[in-house]
Amino acid sequence: MNGSLVGSYVVPVHPHPLLVPEQNEGWGRLRAAFDEARDAIKDSGADLLIIYSTTWPSIIGHQIQADPNPQWTLVDQDFHDLGSMDYSFNIDAEFAEAWNEANHNRGLQSRTVAYHGFPIDVGSVVALKLLNPDNAIPAVIVSSNVYANRSETTVLAKACLDVIKKTGRKAVAVTAMSMSNRMFTEFIDPSDDRIHSLKDDEWNRKVLEFLEEGRLEDVAQLSRTIHQQIRVQKVVTFKPMWWLSAMNGNRNNLTGRVLAYEALHGAGGAVVQLDPTSTGMGDKEYDEDDVEYYRGERNVLDAEEDSAESTESLTPSSGPALWEPPESKGAVNSNAAPKPVGMYPHARQVGDLLYLSGVGPRQPGTNAIPGGPIRDDDGNPIEYDIKAQTRAVVENIARILEEAGSSMDKIVDVTSFLVDMDRDFAGYNEVWAETLGHYGPTRTTLAIRALPTPIAVEMKVIAKI
Amino acid sequence: MAKGSIVAGCLAPHPPHLVYAENPPQNEPTSEGGWEQLRWGYERLRESLSKIDHDVLVLLSPHWQTYVGTHFLGIPHFEGLSVDPVFPNLFRYTYDMNIDVELSQAIHDKAKGSGLAVKMMENPDFRVDYGTITTGHMVNPAFDKPLVVISSNRSTHYYSVEVMQEMMMELGRVTREAIEESGKKAVILASNSLSHRHFTTESEVPEDMSKEHIASHAMHLWDMRIIDYMRTGQAQRILDEMPEFTEQAIAESDGGGLTWLLSTLSVPDYPAILHGYGTIIGTGNAIVEWPCYANEGDVQ
Ligand SMILES: [Fe+2]
Repeated sequence: MNGSLVGSYVVPVHPHPLLVPEQNEGWGRLRAAFDEARDAIKDSGADLLIIYSTTWPSIIGHQIQADPNPQWTLVDQDFHDLGSMDYSFNIDAEFAEAWNEANHNRGLQSRTVAYHGFPIDVGSVVALKLLNPDNAIPAVIVSSNVYANRSETTVLAKACLDVIKKTGRKAVAVTAMSMSNRMFTEFIDPSDDRIHSLKDDEWNRKVLEFLEEGRLEDVAQLSRTIHQQIRVQKVVTFKPMWWLSAMNGNRNNLTGRVLAYEALHGAGGAVVQLDPTSTGMGDKEYDEDDVEYYRGERNVLDAEEDSAESTESLTPSSGPALWEPPESKGAVNSNAAPKPVGMYPHARQVGDLLYLSGVGPRQPGTNAIPGGPIRDDDGNPIEYDIKAQTRAVVENIARILEEAGSSMDKIVDVTSFLVDMDRDFAGYNEVWAETLGHYGPTRTTLAIRALPTPIAVEMKVIAKI
Repeated sequence: MAKGSIVAGCLAPHPPHLVYAENPPQNEPTSEGGWEQLRWGYERLRESLSKIDHDVLVLLSPHWQTYVGTHFLGIPHFEGLSVDPVFPNLFRYTYDMNIDVELSQAIHDKAKGSGLAVKMMENPDFRVDYGTITTGHMVNPAFDKPLVVISSNRSTHYYSVEVMQEMMMELGRVTREAIEESGKKAVILASNSLSHRHFTTESEVPEDMSKEHIASHAMHLWDMRIIDYMRTGQAQRILDEMPEFTEQAIAESDGGGLTWLLSTLSVPDYPAILHGYGTIIGTGNAIVEWPCYANEGDVQ
């Protein structure tokens, strides 16, 4: 299936455009921009709305809303006198659960929440009520983790893309966020609203100029600077741009349009549309590391626990680069299996037969090798456990088969490769007898000089489907 | 009318874990206990307050966060379901509480008179924040005394700890004045933790006490320093060191509650009673009482 992101939007979080657009012309223009975005989303044929909201902070990793029909009446903590916001949303709980699992596969801490009365945040409520008023498009909402930095936020997006691709969805990504977020700290007459300071206004316009040129990744890379310049500290960092850029493949050649930019009690509120269509401008430079799996960038205050729980000793830091498995005809790819080390799918179906690419023991997400790698980063041989490696190979095979709609009992033929027949055959053979041996496929075992990663065993499988 | 007074001032932190661990009928999730040191501390505080006649609890919660001024709950009754947005697995609490609107309005008016931006919250659909509910429950689970609930203005992050302290010293002063003029006996509750660095993971069983400890040694040192000032009647030093404490211990005193509390008590130079200290998901929490009668020879 070929899922993809069909559009992205930046929208403000304050309730004014929803509750009182008539009280100030700027708030009215933001409302009109929301309406325009709503129509564009509808016309795009999107079948999923994904909201990343800065007004939903979380501490234990990221939280994903998974109540299929959350209902409540929200009142803003500051602007309670503007009125109440009744809501009843259509949440895609299945997608939420799949995203949560994809997060875990990529080493992230995350969980779903599905509780009656859960307080959905103001940014999400405003966005969903205005962009999807009849609930025609199922939605998911993800929190902003207050401790998350760039890697974690980037990997969160990649996990989301895993699920979009796998489920063939046409998704729209929305970040609910302010530009400059400094409000007036006193009560003002609506007609007096303006951006809090000239400096904030100038920065906002610069950021919007970048977005209008489709330079989303440039904005993402400036996140920390923007946060320092025009954001109240300890309000969620300007991190939604990390997420949104990663959702768009970290590109700088999107087609951008600013639908509105106005003041909301002094803060900068903008509705921006980012179309994935390339402007043909050419993608500009890309400075920061690309991150596929989350292995931590925080817990800096807890070094002891960090090293005790680290999987570092299991994880080869060198070795071949990992690839996104290609989506060729008949290809079967699984997020639950380790990434390939070249441009090939996990499996390919021909008629009722399924041919698997060679499967090793690497763990999906963390890339760790159960039983340990066979050599260290300098290439020196180290002690490893062949039985643990073999077991992990069998588990990866089971995952890929399951993804393809097959199963272990349908395996026809296996070719096994060992890098050290003398040392490992007995252990390998023992695990075989406990697992695959039960299902009775034919088997050929070969000794070879090396495998592309520091592993000792790999299997090539043909199964019926 | 007899002059009103503050009969006790308390630091009364609000991690929802404490309510969760008690399994009260109002809370839906159930636990096998946990965080006993702190819950026993609250038991001692309740015991102590039960001996002091009081009419109203005046509370400032850092989880009613307002950016535009300081707000006061302004209608007499609130009830509903509160679900913690961060720990919804632990806290889904059915609350029912009364507000002393008269006293709220009086503090509001005085604060306005001294130049603070203030607002009464009069929307009946408003959901009371879980910090208020947790502290309210731990101090008085029956909720049979009215509350005054004050929001936490985010001035620390808009400006600085110094600006926050200026505002909270003033708010504390007018709170005390309004209470004295009301003729009521009030208990003051600052609902905040001390050091406030959380773990970013939760154990399989959240109440597994083998996993609970302070987030770092530095946090512990700060907590002990502040507690020592409290126990030795050196409130002024807490105010003096508030900028460093708030920044280095990422302390929840950023919400202004502790400064406001010390101001309502006229910056006490008499010792406070430490009822309990413990950590919750890495953060440091102390239950502390300044028993004002001890300082006022004419009472009891
Ligand atoms: Fe808190």
